Parts: sequence; C-alpha cells; structure tokens
Amino acid sequence: MAAPLGLHLEFGGGAELLFDGVKNHHVTLPGQSDPWDMKQLLAWIRGNMLKERPELFMQGDTVRPGILVLINDADWELMGELEYQLQDQDNVVFISTLHGG
Amino acid sequence: MCEVEGDYNGLECNQKIPVPTLNRKCMKCKEGAAVLIIRVNDAFCRSFSIYTDCSSVLLAVSGGAASCSMLSQVQEGLSREAPKKLRFMPGIIYIDDGGACGRSAEERQRSNALLKSIFTETGFPYFIVSLEQVFSLPTSVLVPGTSDPDPSNLSYKQAVDQYVKEKQTLTEENVASAVAQLSIGDSVYSHKHKLALERLFSSLKTLTAKEDMLQTLRQHLILHIARENGYSKVMMGDSCSRLAVRLLSNIALGRGAALASDTGFSDPRYGDVVIVRPMRDYSSKEIAFYSRMFNVPSVFISGLDTKTHDKASIQRLTESFVTNLQSDFPSTVSTIYRTSEKLHTVMPPQSQSAEPASKCLLCLCTLDTKEDKASAFHATLVSEQLSQIKLQDLSLDAPGQSAEQCCTEGQGCGPGGCCSSNKLSSHQDLKTLLCYSCRLTIKDMVATNSLPPYIITEAEKRQKRWEMLLHNLNK
Repeated sequence: MAAPLGLHLEFGGGAELLFDGVKNHHVTLPGQSDPWDMKQLLAWIRGNMLKERPELFMQGDTVRPGILVLINDADWELMGELEYQLQDQDNVVFISTLHGG
Repeated sequence: MCEVEGDYNGLECNQKIPVPTLNRKCMKCKEGAAVLIIRVNDAFCRSFSIYTDCSSVLLAVSGGAASCSMLSQVQEGLSREAPKKLRFMPGIIYIDDGGACGRSAEERQRSNALLKSIFTETGFPYFIVSLEQVFSLPTSVLVPGTSDPDPSNLSYKQAVDQYVKEKQTLTEENVASAVAQLSIGDSVYSHKHKLALERLFSSLKTLTAKEDMLQTLRQHLILHIARENGYSKVMMGDSCSRLAVRLLSNIALGRGAALASDTGFSDPRYGDVVIVRPMRDYSSKEIAFYSRMFNVPSVFISGLDTKTHDKASIQRLTESFVTNLQSDFPSTVSTIYRTSEKLHTVMPPQSQSAEPASKCLLCLCTLDTKEDKASAFHATLVSEQLSQIKLQDLSLDAPGQSAEQCCTEGQGCGPGGCCSSNKLSSHQDLKTLLCYSCRLTIKDMVATNSLPPYIITEAEKRQKRWEMLLHNLNK
C-alpha cells in the first residue's frame, strides 16, 4: 500500500463558495495501491469536500468548463489533465472564471 | 508548435520550471513571463495611444479578476520608467449592488472593507457607491451630454506637466486631503432607499429582466459619478470571453441595434463620457493566469446569478453555452470577438445631436422601434395586439392607481394631466420611450411605479413634449 498523499488545494474566483467559503485546504488522501490521479482526486473532492451543488463544480468526470485547474502553477492541460498522477505535497488550484470582472 | 500567438515564436524553452502557458501548444520558459508582461502592457498602451489628451479616467472595478487586473495594469503603466508611460489621472469606482442581490449588510460591509484596502493601496481616489443611491439621481443622467472641445481646458503639455508635478509631490498630507475629498465613501444609503430598491427588484419577475435592470442602473450611477467629478472616460473590465457572451445574449434580448456600442472598444452613446473596454483583447483564462502569476488582489463578490442553474436567465444560459462550446472548440470566443469587431452601427451624421426624445429612456441607445409596415418589429406588435384582445380588461388594471382609469381615452390628458400629481406612467406610456429590449424588461415588471424617480420624471417630461409636438402638428 502506498503512503497517504498530502495535497494543498486552493479554490478561487468564486469556486470557494461551494466549499463553505474556505479557499485553502490541506488534505490527505488515503494510501492505495495505484497512484492517485486527477480523475480520482476529483471524484474524492465531490464525495468528501463539496458541500452543495456538485454540478456547479463538475461535469461528469471532469471539472465544469470555465474552471481552470493549475497543478504546481502550471496549466493542467500541460500535465495530462485527468491522467496526471499526483505526487506528495502537490499544489492544485481551481479558479472559476465564470464570475467577476 | 507555437502557432497561436506570433510573439512567442523563437523562444528557447530550456528552463526547469514549467510556467503556465496561455498558448496550449508549447511550454514556456521563464522568459515567457516577461513576454507576457510586454505583450499585455503594449496592447494596453496601444489602445491608449488614441487618447492623446490628458483626460481623467474612471476605472470601474467590480472586485473580480478582470477589473482588478485592469487596475493593476493601470498602476503598472503609470509607474513605468519606460518612454511609453501612460498619462492620465485615474479614479476608481465600485458599485455595491448587494441590495439588489440580496446580500446582508454585514457581507456588504466586509467586501467593501476588503475593496477599500485594495483601493487605498493604489493611492488613487476611489468611490464606493451603493446601488441604493440610484434613487437620488437627477434626470440629467438620462440625457446624453455633448463632448466638450472647450478651449479653456488645459492643453496637453500643460496637463502632463501638472500631472507629473502632482505625482512628484504626493506626500502624506496630500494623500490624506485627497482621500478626504471623496464625495461618497463607505457606501452609505438610507433605509428608505434600501426598501425602494428591494421593491424595484422584486417587481421584476424574471432573472433576465433583473440582470438587465441592474446593468442599466449601474451604468447610470457610474455615468453620474463620472460627470459629477469631471471624468471624461470610464474604463470597464470586460474580458473577451465576457463580451462574447454579452454579444450573443444581447442578440437574444433584442439589443441587436446597439451591439456595436455594447461590445465594442468604445461606447460613445452618453456623449460627454466615453466608456472604453481595454481588457477586451484578453480571454478570461489569460486574465486568471495573469492574476495568479502576479498576485493581483481581487475580491469575489456574489452577484445576481451566482449559484443559479444554467437556465435561470438568458444571460446565464448564453454564458454556459459559450463556455461549454469553448472547451471543445477553442476558437469559439475569438471568432465571436472578431465578428463583434466588424460590427458598426449605421448612424446618420446628425444622430449625435439628435434630441434626447429619439434615444431610449433607459439605455440611451438610438430608438430602433420605428414602425415600418414590413418590419419584424411591426409583426411582433401585431401579434401582441391580437393576443391581447381577450385580455383587454386585465390590461386596464394598471398597478396601484385607480386614477389612471379616467385617462384611457388619452385624448387631452397625458400622464400628470388631469389626474393627481402623483400619477405614474403605466406600461403603455413608458413603452413608446423605450427601445425594443428595454420594453421587454419593463414588460416583466409588475409595478412600473417602483422605478427610481429620475426615470419616471424624465418619462413624464418626454411624454408631455411628445404630446405637445403632436398637438402642434395637428394644428
């Protein structure tokens, strides 16, 4: 069994409204045999952190269009999007671009 | 592989740290960040090369990422040592619309305080105005002003000299006195106005109409503050994505005639105050990355359509449509944007000096409701009349005022004519003064007497003027 994974999650641009208004979260994902990937992380977030209105954050398996995801300050599209395998102490940021301006 | 933005061709990507890219095709090295700053600032400077006079500019900030990025860009541009220094005197305005969106007084105070701290950091004079103050606006807001080529204004060189001098001598006490001059701070509003605003927004039945009314009232307030304080230009923080959504939703709302001014770079419909949109070249993704990379402070403030479902309003539906399409077809927003650049309003040469009566009462665009027999507009009017034949009894039930019944013949008795002095315009009277989409908004309103007094007064004035005109023509 792999060790549990510690991650730093940030929500911005209004996405924090779905998480009780808290922007920064330190989470520890339970250890499992296969490494965690983004797809599993999103499912975990939906199951464990999203307090309300999951359809405003996710659409199917991925995030809703309009929500940017940054992994260690890089666009997740460069990292493989859902296939990216998370590493310990990774910093994942979700910014909603649908509001504000 | 760097095919989207020509600027990035030829850069060497040999850095260990991957930096976020706006062009999804290639990895950017650290140099990529520097290019971004130059590109963004240069584009910004380019848009302002048109404005050679040292006019005052008001920055409309909503607290979101785009307007705060615009604010930080302006700060950056004003403080640069480079020869392409921006030269104008900015002020900041924030409209607190919590009263319309149903936010509590504590929430509003909290976000106002956060914004205040951001604004004071910049050192520019700022105005935090609550939407409730729309109930104390004068009717002059609804009258387009004339742009003012006044020879008594400072010449460019003098104005620049004065500005540079002001910048150099900005000391502690100057800042304090500048702040003291703020005519409106801390978003004060009376309880009466708060109730009136709530009444206004609860009389609008659909979210579409509410959003439209909010936008209109916000524009009026910004316009008023700009005029009162001598600002000739107002900068809005609308991004490319936001404008693409607005273009399509305006078409859906019936605002096709005003598309060019609603989504173009500059909006001259108010005459003396020009609305410009310098951020219209940047997509919301670029702005989000920029804010993140440069730690631009912004405050998220929930609006009317926060947490609503996709079909709650036309604007919301369009936003979700465009955003979803964009994720599969990345050229969607830029295509819409390019199309909007090609739009021009065909305006007859004397329209700028046209009397206010031919402009819409609420949005001040030129009225598009001339009833040509063969027009689509005429067709909608005919269908409306046909469908209302059965409902004629109900339409006489104008909200609240039984005195209106005596004026249904209309012959020599306009609003405020033989009836009591508190007579307020019914739907029918207001309609003739509005453009097509503002009519639709008002149609969604249960009680038109909940409109702010300046709108009602101006409507009555225009009605009287029109009737007098008719009377003179009939002689």
